[in-house]
Amino acid sequence: MTSWLDLPVFWYCVTVLAWVLFFVLEGFDFGVGFLGPLLGRTEAERGAAVRTVGPVWDGNEVWLVAAIGVTFAAFPDWYAALLSGAYLPMIAILLLLAVRGVAIEFRGKHDTARWRNGCDAFLAASSLLLAGTWGAVLGVLASGLALGPDGEVHGSGLTRSLAPLFGPWAVLGGFAGVLLATVHGATFLSLRTTGVLRARARHLTVATAPVLVVIALAVFIAAGHAVVAAGAALAALAAVAAWRRAEVLAFAATTTAVAGTVVAVFTAHLGEGSWVLLRSTLSPAGDVTLRAAAASDGALHLITAAGLVILPGVIAYQAWSYVVFRRRVATGFPAARRRVRVSR
Amino acid sequence: MTIEALTRLQFAVTTLYHYLFVPLSISLALFTAILQTAHVRRVARGGDDTYGRLSLLVGKLLMTTFAVGVVTGLVQEFQFGLSWSAFARFYGDVFGPTLAIEGMLAFFLEATFLGLWWFGRDRLPALVHLATIWVVAIGTAISAFVILAGNSFMQNPVAYTVDATTGRARLGSFFDLLTNELNLAAFPHTYAGALMAGGALVMAVGVWHLLRGQYARGSAEFTAFRTLSRFGAWFTLVSGAAVSLSGDTLGKVITQVQPMKMAAAEALYRTTSGAPFSIFSYAPVGQDDPTFSLEVPGFLSFLAKGSFTAKVLGLKDLQDAYSAQFGPGDYTPWVPVAFWSFRLMIGVGMFAALVALVHLWVTRKARVLDPDPRLAQGLLWSVGLLPLLPLFANSFGWIFTETARQPWLVFGLFKTADGVSPGLTTAEVAASLVAFTLVYGALAYVWVKLAVRLVRKGLPEMPAPAAQEAGEADDEFAPSY
Repeated sequence: MTSWLDLPVFWYCVTVLAWVLFFVLEGFDFGVGFLGPLLGRTEAERGAAVRTVGPVWDGNEVWLVAAIGVTFAAFPDWYAALLSGAYLPMIAILLLLAVRGVAIEFRGKHDTARWRNGCDAFLAASSLLLAGTWGAVLGVLASGLALGPDGEVHGSGLTRSLAPLFGPWAVLGGFAGVLLATVHGATFLSLRTTGVLRARARHLTVATAPVLVVIALAVFIAAGHAVVAAGAALAALAAVAAWRRAEVLAFAATTTAVAGTVVAVFTAHLGEGSWVLLRSTLSPAGDVTLRAAAASDGALHLITAAGLVILPGVIAYQAWSYVVFRRRVATGFPAARRRVRVSR
Repeated sequence: MTIEALTRLQFAVTTLYHYLFVPLSISLALFTAILQTAHVRRVARGGDDTYGRLSLLVGKLLMTTFAVGVVTGLVQEFQFGLSWSAFARFYGDVFGPTLAIEGMLAFFLEATFLGLWWFGRDRLPALVHLATIWVVAIGTAISAFVILAGNSFMQNPVAYTVDATTGRARLGSFFDLLTNELNLAAFPHTYAGALMAGGALVMAVGVWHLLRGQYARGSAEFTAFRTLSRFGAWFTLVSGAAVSLSGDTLGKVITQVQPMKMAAAEALYRTTSGAPFSIFSYAPVGQDDPTFSLEVPGFLSFLAKGSFTAKVLGLKDLQDAYSAQFGPGDYTPWVPVAFWSFRLMIGVGMFAALVALVHLWVTRKARVLDPDPRLAQGLLWSVGLLPLLPLFANSFGWIFTETARQPWLVFGLFKTADGVSPGLTTAEVAASLVAFTLVYGALAYVWVKLAVRLVRKGLPEMPAPAAQEAGEADDEFAPSY
C-alpha cells in the first residue's frame, strides 16, 4: 500500500462508527418509543415523550442509511453476506421500522384520542420489538453466521435465516437489546423532559440499570471479555448518576455503554486470521475478511473524497438541530394551543 | 413460481409502492417551499397569511407522504443485499458508492431539515425557517439525480471496467457515472413526472374544496383554494409539457443505447424504414403481425431518430444480433407489457395535463368554478381520481423501463437470473412478499385515510407564535444539554 492511509482499514473504522452512531441515536428513540406510553399516564404526558424525539428521530434513522450504504460501498461482500444471511430477521426489522416511523409521524397529524392511542400502541410495540430484534441480530453476528465458501448461508425453507434466532446468542442479544434501550431511553427522557415524566424516567434508570450490571457481570464471568466488564461498570455509573440526578453524566454513561456494545460485536473476530469481519461458523473458508471484502481502491478513494467533504457538514447540521431543540419538553400540551382548540 | 420470478415480483412490488410516495415528496417539498416564500414576501408587504396557510396544508401532506417514502426507501437500500446478493457482489463497487453518497449528501439533508422545518417554526428566525424547507426541496432533487445515475448505469453501463481476476465491475469515474447520457436525459423526465404528480394532487385538493361549495365566494378559504387549484394546474400542465419534451429526448437516447427496449415499446418485429407509431394494436397470441392497428405513419422513426424516414431496428434482427454477440438465449423482453405500459404512461399522463389545461381555461381571469349542483356531486367524486393519473403514469413508466430491459440486470453485462442471492429459499421470499404486501397495504390504507382527513379539514390556521413559550414555561431556562 503506497498510500499514507490504509483505506480499507480507515473505511472499516468509518463503517463501525456509522453503525455505532445509528445504535446510539436510534437506541434512545427505540427506548422512548416503548417507554413513553408506559411512563406517560395521561395523553399529554405521552405526547410530551414522543416530542422529545419528534424533531430528530428521522435524522437519527438516516444513520442506518449511512451505515448500510457505507458497508455496501466499502465492503460489498460484507453487505451481501450480512443481509442475505440474516434475510428474514432483516426483513422483520425493515417492516418494524416502517410501522414505527409512520406511527411517530402520523401521531400528531390527526386530533382524536383514539387515533393517538392507536399510534402509541403501534409505536410502543414496534419499538420494543425493534430493540429486541436488533439485539438478537447483533448477538447472532457476534457469534457468526453459517456462511459457506461462497459467502452465503445455505439451508432450506424458513429455517435458513430464522434458525439462529432461536440460539443462545440471539436470546441473550435480544434481552440485552431491550434492556439497553430501556436504560438508554429512560436516561434520554429524564434529560429531555420536565416534571413528573422526568422523575419517573429517572427512577426507571435507577431501577433497571442494576439488572444490566448483573447480566453483564454474569456474561463477563462466563465468557471473560473485558468489554463486558466495562459495560457493567458503565451501567452502574448510569444508575448512580441518575440516582444523584446527574442526568448528563447518566446519559454519557449509557451512550458509551451502547457504543461499546456495538464496537464489541463488530470487532468480535477482528483478531482472528486475516481480520475477520463476519465469522463463518462452518469453516474459515467462509469467513468474510477485511481485505477480501473491501471495494476497489477507486471506489474507496471516491467515498473518501466525498465523505471528507460531506460528513463534517452532516455532523454540523445534525448537531445544530439538537441545539435548536435543546430545551426540555414540558409535560403536557402548550397552553396556547389548548386555547385555540377550545375556541374552535 | 421460480425463485427468480418471486424475487423479481417482490422487487417490483416494493419499488412501485415506494415510487408512489417519492414523486409526491419531491413535488410537495418544492410546493411548500414556493408557497412559504410567497407567504414571507406577502407578509413583509403587510398582506394576509393565505399563502402561509396553504404552505402549512401542503407541508402537512408532505410530512405524511415523506414518512412513508422514508421507511419504504430503506427497504430499497437493503434489497440488493437481501435478495440480490450475487448482483451486489458484482456491482457493489459501482452502486455501493452511489448509494452511500446519496445517503450522505441528500438523505441526511432531507430528514434533518424536514425535522427542523416542522418543529422549528417557533424556534428559528423566519428566513432561516424558510431556508430549511428549501434545503429539503433541493435535497430531494439531488437524491433523485444520484439514484437515477445508479439506475442509468444498469440501463446503459458507463464509467466501469470489469476486473479480470474477480469478474466484477470496477468503478471508473464517478463524474462520468453521474453524467451518463441516459441519466442526463432520464433525470429531467423523472423530475418533471414527479412535479406532475404533486401538481395534480394539490390541484385536486383545491378543486374538491371549491366544488364542495362550503366556502362563500370571496372568503379567504375560497380564494386560497382557487389559488391552490390553479397553482397545481399550472404545475401539472407545464411539467406535462416538460415530460413530453424530455421524454422525446430520452426516447432517442434509449433507441441508441437500448434499441431492443424501443422496439419492444412499439412491438416492431421487423426492421423498418419510416416506421409507423401505432396508437392501438391487436395481435392474437403467438402472432407477430397485428390483425388490427391504428397507426401514425413514420412517427415512430421520428420519435426514435428525429426523421420520418429513418430506419428503426426490429425485435427479430436485434434478437439475432444479441445472440451472435452474447451467445444463445432469449433477449426479447415481454412485448405486450412493454407495448401497453409505454402507451398507458403517455396516455394517462397526457390526460392529466389536459384536465389541468381545461381547469385553467375554465377558471381563467377571475372566473370561478360554479357548476350545476347535480353535476358537482359527480365531479366531486371524480376529483379523487385526478391525483392518481400522473402517479399511474409514473408507475407505467417504471414498469416499461425495467421490464423492457430484461433479461438484463445490467444491460449487456449481467443477467437478472444470475443476480438472485444464491442461498435464498422460495419459502423466505414467499413469506417476506406476503409480509411486505400486508404491511404496505396497511400503510397505504392509513396514509389515504390520513391524507383525506387532512384535506377535508380545510385550511389550517397559522400556529400562534407564543405557543412554544407557553409550552415550556414550566422549566423554561433549564437547558437539557
